[in-house]
Amino acid sequence: MMLKITINGLDIEVEKGITVFEAAEQAGIYIPPLCHHPDLPTFGGCRICMVDADGKIVTACRAPVKDGMIVKTDTEEVRKVRLTNVELILASHNKDCQGCSRNNSCRLQEVSAFVGINQDRMRKIRRSVEAVKPDDSNPFFHRDFTRCILCGICIRTCEEINGVAAIDFAFRGFHTRVSVLGDKPLKDSKCESCGECLVRCPTGALYLAKPALVEREVESVCTYCGVGCGVKIGVRGDRVIKVDGNRDNPVNRGDLCVKGRFGFDFINHPERLKKPKIKKDGIFVEATWDEALDFIADKMHDIKAKHGADALGAISSARCSNEENYLFQKIFRALGTNNVDHCARL
Amino acid sequence: MIQKFDVIEKEALENLEKEQKSDIPQIYVGCATCGNATGAQSVVQTITDKLEKENIKAEIKEVGCIGMCFAEVLLDVIKPGQPRISYHGVTPETAEEIVDSYLVKDDHRPDLALGYFGEGGPADVERIDTGDVFKNQQRVILKNCGIIDPENINEYIAHGGYKGLAEALEMKQEDIISVLKDSGLRGRGGAGFPAGRKWESCLKPQADQKYVICNADEGDPGAFMDRSVLEGDPHSVIEGMTIAGYTIGSSKGYFYVRAEYPLAIKRLRKAIAQAKEKNLLGDDILGTGFNFDLEIFQGAGAFVCGESTALVMSIEGNRGWPKPLPRPRTTEEGLWGKPTLLNNVKTFSVVPQVLSKGADWFKSIGTEGSPGTAVFALTGKINRSGLIEVPMGIELKKIIYEIGGGILDDKKFKAVQTGGPSGGCLPEDKLHLAVDFDTLVKAGSMMGSGGMVVIDESTCMVDVARYFLDFTFEESCGQCVPCRQGTQQMLEILNDICEGRGREGDIEYLLEMGDSIIKGSICGLGQTAPNPVLSTIQYFRDEYEAHIKDHACPALVCKNLIVFHIDEEKCTACGRCRKACPVEAISGEKKVPHTIDQNKCTKCGICFQECPERFSAVVRLTGKENLAAAASGKEG
Amino acid sequence: MTNSIDDIADEAKAFFIIGSNTTETHPVIGYRIRRAVKNGAKLIVADPRRIKIAEKADVFLQLKPGTNAALLQGMARVIIDEELYDAEFIKNRTEGFEEYAEKIRAIDLNEMADITGVPAEKITQAARIYAGSDPAAILYTMGITQHTSGTDNVLALAGLATLTGNMGKRGGGVNPLRGQNNVQGACDMGALPNVFPGYQPVSSPEANQKFSEAYGAKIPDKPGMPMTKMFKAALEDKIKGVYIMGENPVVSEPDICKIKDALEKLELVVVQDLFFTETADYADVVLPAASFAEKDGTFVNTERRIQRGRKAINPPGEARSDFEILCKLGLKLGLKGFEFKKPGEVMQEVAELSPKWKGITYERLEEGGICWPCPDENHPGTPILYEEKFLTGSGKAQFKPVDYKPPAETPDQDYPFILTTGRSLYHYHTGTMTRRSDGLSDLYNVEKALISKEDAERMGLNENDKVRLTSRRGEVEAEVKPVSDLKEGIVFMTFHFAETCANQLTNSELDPVANIPELKVCAINLEKV
Repeated sequence: MMLKITINGLDIEVEKGITVFEAAEQAGIYIPPLCHHPDLPTFGGCRICMVDADGKIVTACRAPVKDGMIVKTDTEEVRKVRLTNVELILASHNKDCQGCSRNNSCRLQEVSAFVGINQDRMRKIRRSVEAVKPDDSNPFFHRDFTRCILCGICIRTCEEINGVAAIDFAFRGFHTRVSVLGDKPLKDSKCESCGECLVRCPTGALYLAKPALVEREVESVCTYCGVGCGVKIGVRGDRVIKVDGNRDNPVNRGDLCVKGRFGFDFINHPERLKKPKIKKDGIFVEATWDEALDFIADKMHDIKAKHGADALGAISSARCSNEENYLFQKIFRALGTNNVDHCARL
Repeated sequence: MIQKFDVIEKEALENLEKEQKSDIPQIYVGCATCGNATGAQSVVQTITDKLEKENIKAEIKEVGCIGMCFAEVLLDVIKPGQPRISYHGVTPETAEEIVDSYLVKDDHRPDLALGYFGEGGPADVERIDTGDVFKNQQRVILKNCGIIDPENINEYIAHGGYKGLAEALEMKQEDIISVLKDSGLRGRGGAGFPAGRKWESCLKPQADQKYVICNADEGDPGAFMDRSVLEGDPHSVIEGMTIAGYTIGSSKGYFYVRAEYPLAIKRLRKAIAQAKEKNLLGDDILGTGFNFDLEIFQGAGAFVCGESTALVMSIEGNRGWPKPLPRPRTTEEGLWGKPTLLNNVKTFSVVPQVLSKGADWFKSIGTEGSPGTAVFALTGKINRSGLIEVPMGIELKKIIYEIGGGILDDKKFKAVQTGGPSGGCLPEDKLHLAVDFDTLVKAGSMMGSGGMVVIDESTCMVDVARYFLDFTFEESCGQCVPCRQGTQQMLEILNDICEGRGREGDIEYLLEMGDSIIKGSICGLGQTAPNPVLSTIQYFRDEYEAHIKDHACPALVCKNLIVFHIDEEKCTACGRCRKACPVEAISGEKKVPHTIDQNKCTKCGICFQECPERFSAVVRLTGKENLAAAASGKEG
Repeated sequence: MTNSIDDIADEAKAFFIIGSNTTETHPVIGYRIRRAVKNGAKLIVADPRRIKIAEKADVFLQLKPGTNAALLQGMARVIIDEELYDAEFIKNRTEGFEEYAEKIRAIDLNEMADITGVPAEKITQAARIYAGSDPAAILYTMGITQHTSGTDNVLALAGLATLTGNMGKRGGGVNPLRGQNNVQGACDMGALPNVFPGYQPVSSPEANQKFSEAYGAKIPDKPGMPMTKMFKAALEDKIKGVYIMGENPVVSEPDICKIKDALEKLELVVVQDLFFTETADYADVVLPAASFAEKDGTFVNTERRIQRGRKAINPPGEARSDFEILCKLGLKLGLKGFEFKKPGEVMQEVAELSPKWKGITYERLEEGGICWPCPDENHPGTPILYEEKFLTGSGKAQFKPVDYKPPAETPDQDYPFILTTGRSLYHYHTGTMTRRSDGLSDLYNVEKALISKEDAERMGLNENDKVRLTSRRGEVEAEVKPVSDLKEGIVFMTFHFAETCANQLTNSELDPVANIPELKVCAINLEKV
């Protein structure tokens, strides 16, 4: 069923059941969001997306559209409420934006700019940041409480996306913060380190233990289990420094697990093999590709000649590509043996 | 009337007759939490021991709070054929004296008596029920408190209890609702939503289960109305909830009582058991086939859990956070997603009387828009603090000067605060206002759940605002930004103002921020948190300005803004202040006027208290000049 | 998988997870299931260990290792007794129901309860949920297959799905979750001893002729040796040279002592890998390969979706992609048809030779992947198998009753415990990749053999106590961790850690059809060191 509503004087037809926020989004009208995330159920705690709907100030992210509704997103009253709210958040927020991993990609910065934060007004505020030590127990991502805006996105992510529910709000009022059962370090909780919360954090509260701003991204498929999650490999220089879930991939729609997201150290690991090696008198000696491949080809011909092709065994890999598996079996079948297998059974 | 109830009522009266042995003296001791806190239990123990040891025939009863908290411990005696005489400030020693003189002999001890109730009392003792305290009161909700033994269901029944239920069970559900609607009864939790409409909206939805919840999460500082009702007359609330269960079609009710009310919980437990025993609660109530059970849920003391949706979350085992709007109404989707009727203790408590006495009777009390009575916990700088019940529409003045007996120590009245941390402060020129839901809101305060704090000239209004804001700051649940961050920010600014760091523009910013917090917060806590600040700015802006511009606290309260000084002319060098000073800041010798070393002084105020009133040599000074003089090392 | 991740996650009304620690081994599918359960889907979990997903289960069946078939037969008995089956589906799309039902009716539910250690009421409850939810999806992994009765277990699962009409339907199916990123593709590409690419049997005269012609060689029409048999054959001098690409059998294979002996005996061992693995020690030549991030190619996920992997960076040093190495080797060996410039050209050859992949091109894969079978260039792919017919002569599903057979090795006086193995969330296979991640190692770096609290108490063992685990094949020392997730007499270890290698102990007995070793059950002894 379609409803007719007006947003800022524009007549819009929208589906019944959607929220004012979604309706505005469809009409291309920006309403500043902080605690809202399209993947998650609404929360309604930040009070930034407030709009005037039929004369009442409501949170756009929760208010359902009604037929004939008149929405105004930029009245004097709306501007004031939003501005005060953002000022209040900034009052206890870390001031150091340059030193923040999310500088330039921060939702709070975006919203602050939109509502028109200015220093004259900010001088009236008593700014103080509660000194709480960051939780750096997890090896992949840490939590800086001074940059947390308590939007609850990480909590809802853990509950709704991953289904682990390792974190929740703890304490009360101004002392509220995100924590785990018993207020222990994250590492000692049931957190599975998937990093889905990190990805959705609108500020720099959750940040990578090793900063990773990439130069370019390459779409690929995760190399671990058989789910085949789409990934975006983040490259800086000649190194892989980050892996993100590919939200456009139909398999995982952006979700990843701890291995897929963070387990890429092996790619640039110093122990990677860099040269072919041939064992001579029990000791491995570096060789050129031609030497190594000639050695193998000769030996294989030799075995085939002496013992027949079935004296060769070929163990392919469930980690290699289709093309590589194809070529591998092709080599051995062309040599005349079906002794081709791989680790499917392990 | 249901036949079965007639039997129960008759039986109760007979039992009571047997139990009470009205041919011997009856002793009542006020044993609500207020009484117990002042020593009621040791009075009870002393008398019990004495009666037994000396074989004196008398009945002793622990009753609830009659409301005269200023006079605790209260001990009342009814000798056969005599009016009830009330003794105040009773200790175990005076209790023995009373027994010896009045019970054993016939000396009613006018020196210990507060007064008597009813007619025909001794001439040398005041009559209480027509005196200042009670003549302006109308006790409807509190009618049994301090009168009956709350642990004896027979007494409740003898005082007309459970009649409302018996009548309700013979009525159609819609008819009960129309009686409530006709009566104009409004919820007593603070917001004053019409009870009849709420019950109706809970009757309508079809559901396999519905719930009735009594909100006894009384959390305002200084408020103890609900506690007193539960401690003094628990059956009235049980009866009201049972009627509600029948009306909306619910078989299960919850008492949400804060765990800090152990006596109320104990009395409720006992009352529930007794009501079940008499078939007034439980399965097949009075043979009508209606089942209703009650469970007590102990809240952990978070103020916000008094908010209906947070309360529901709390019972469900979740974090007690209010649900943001838009959300389904609790009456449609409440506890466990089922239609739920949630009312305050006092609302449920008055329902049986509304049904048994009729809508017209209820409407005859109070005002047209706010019929019935209001219960207040009257506290602060007032002569007679306590629990009072007045008809709606009474003037504030009457409450403070007649019932409350005026301001303590003959000081000057400054303001009255109603509605707890959600309410506001009203100045002297508003004392003519009538107490009802709507008038108070218009004046910038509110009824709230019923706290009334009287403030005198020695109180700083900025400090009062800071006190209430500190409460809401501590009790904010933390869910939404305006309340979580806003209460903190306002508190910081108030702290600054009180400590001499106020800035030009702070008042305007407080007003602006307060407005945004009211508009932006999720629940009533945040939406009303700025009220104490806004109303004190409205009526006492000059005090704020004095703090900010002149660093002066006109009430001489804010420590950072005052200095202690000894007036040379008045000082007789008695040395009391010098000896009492804990930091040895005062110097002087015999016959040499004393001085205070401002560098050492911690402003504890002991010298001020120690200096005998006839000298009044120690004075407090405030304002930039005095502060600067003190800071410069000059003797203050 | 017969179905796609999407359709089961979004549409199944019930999940039956058996022998799969889904949230640890296939975490992203685990998320989807937890979400579905949160939205009201029912969940049955059967596993010897109270794994994490069991927390969310409506019924949790903690069966003894190696008794899957008994449990499944028990469920079938309940479904048939209570007539919970899909009579219409059976009538229209199956064959052999009567014989199957007769055989099932002969099963004693209480006996199955005794064998599995799961109370009959719970088996009944599980059967009712599975058969009573339409559709219901079965998910399994190696807990079903790594048994001497692995094939029977899978047939028993197929029987349940067929009985309840859960085949060829959205939200249903029998879904093995594949453990490695391209295990499906390796099978599809014919890296198996009995089939050519696209599952064309080597014994089929037409297929054999087609490939022999294409490869310019006479390919034998008898299946070759599976890996599990190659090492045995090496010990018997029948195999002389082994080429191992991206595989670490010295840690991953059962009964490792024998594997090592075999490798030592071979004349030629080639190891092609990213790192110097435990197996590389035994190599004559070690070739440096490229990681997934350093090459182009395609991979097939568990739902048969073919997806493009893309090169992000160059391989380190002289390391080369397996594609390049193999092309070069082919040419060195003097073989024809290895003149490929890029992997996309290989895909063309695959499509030409394999009808199931005929419609696959790199261009089409740009748009998010295609599930095979994809018989022509306009075919959208086939996310759900058997929607219209089954791959039997008649096109109908055939009921194949199975008998419960106990595992090859059961506990006795000398080896009174059952060892069962599996994976952890934080590591992958033999750990060549994951154990080189500091972060993953920080989260989990020391193997803890899990034992039941009861056994620990009885034996006076505390957490971190060192124990010696011995089987008829070898021994390992490891720390123990007493847990309440295991029943008495069961021990659990992962196989990620070479230093505490569980596969020193495991049994290499094979399933007679699939040649899969019984890694999930072997008898061991445990003593405090």
